[in-house]
Amino acid sequence: MVTQITSFGRSGLYDWMMQRVSAVVLSLYTVFIIGYLLLNPDLTYDQWSALFEATWMRIFSLMVLLSIGMHSWIGLWSISTDYIKATGARFFFQSLCGLVMFIYIVWGVQVLWGL
Amino acid sequence: MLVSIYRYNPEVDDAPYMQDYQIELPEGKDLMVLDVLNLLKAQDPSISYRRSCREGVCGSDGMNMSGKNGLACITPVSEAVKKGKLVLRPLPGLPVVRDLVVDMGQFYKQYEKIRPFLINDEPAPAIERLQSPEEREKLDGLYECILCACCSTACPSFWWNPDKFVGPSGLLQAYRFLADSRDTATQERLSDLDDPFSVFRCHGIMNCVNVCPKGLNPTKAIGNIRSMLLQRAT
Repeated sequence: MVTQITSFGRSGLYDWMMQRVSAVVLSLYTVFIIGYLLLNPDLTYDQWSALFEATWMRIFSLMVLLSIGMHSWIGLWSISTDYIKATGARFFFQSLCGLVMFIYIVWGVQVLWGL
Repeated sequence: MLVSIYRYNPEVDDAPYMQDYQIELPEGKDLMVLDVLNLLKAQDPSISYRRSCREGVCGSDGMNMSGKNGLACITPVSEAVKKGKLVLRPLPGLPVVRDLVVDMGQFYKQYEKIRPFLINDEPAPAIERLQSPEEREKLDGLYECILCACCSTACPSFWWNPDKFVGPSGLLQAYRFLADSRDTATQERLSDLDDPFSVFRCHGIMNCVNVCPKGLNPTKAIGNIRSMLLQRAT
């Protein structure tokens, strides 16, 4: 058993499952957005903003935003533990990733809800 | 034929280097790579490598032949030669002791970690612990591992974290005991593996399956361990 305190859920199984669940959410969203853009070739600003005003779309987008945070945290954490061998540099990189993801999530919520 | 061999003697050399040898191979015969090494050893007795059974059973002569790990004794030269040249290097990722001989310490440490023996806390029966043919069948494709380290040293996850990731070979053995109906330590074994490194550092690139000289499938065993962990936790 290898102890880790910087991984997302501390359990390998939990991280692995979250990585897959978030990947499914991200693919569904990607397919939806591409499909929407293809079905609406003459998309106007009003249409686009109406789409994002719908509550279900905001929930879907928020779910995607949180999934991006989780997915990228687990992924970048893995990459940092593979390639950055100096503890200080690794911790700095992980903290930086955490900070950037937090900023993106808060900023994303602001954009989505027009706060 | 041109044979290029990784040479390093830490007592003499500052750094490893590749040494080229020319060798005449007998016509109409496809020698094994180990035979070529033996012929070269007669030419230059300073070449070092491990070998023992010379028939793919002992797992001593695992090495990297023209970029692919395998056992020198059961790899035909025709298969290993690329562009008329045979390049022999030690197994990647492990410290080199000398020439093609690597220090397997880290590999064995991971093997030891998974407790590769039957654990059964029930009183021993008078004769033996019986298994049904179906229960015994579950161990096929698992028990045959000869610990040659070809798979683990072909795995980038093992290269980066040899101290934390158990590696394909160790995990194949871990599943061998998880799948054994006579073993009663399944829960403890699973708990020992449920961290972000031991099992989950495997990203399923299947290098291990590609190189295993015994044709085993560690990726499948790792998938089965994941399923067992998932079943236990959901």
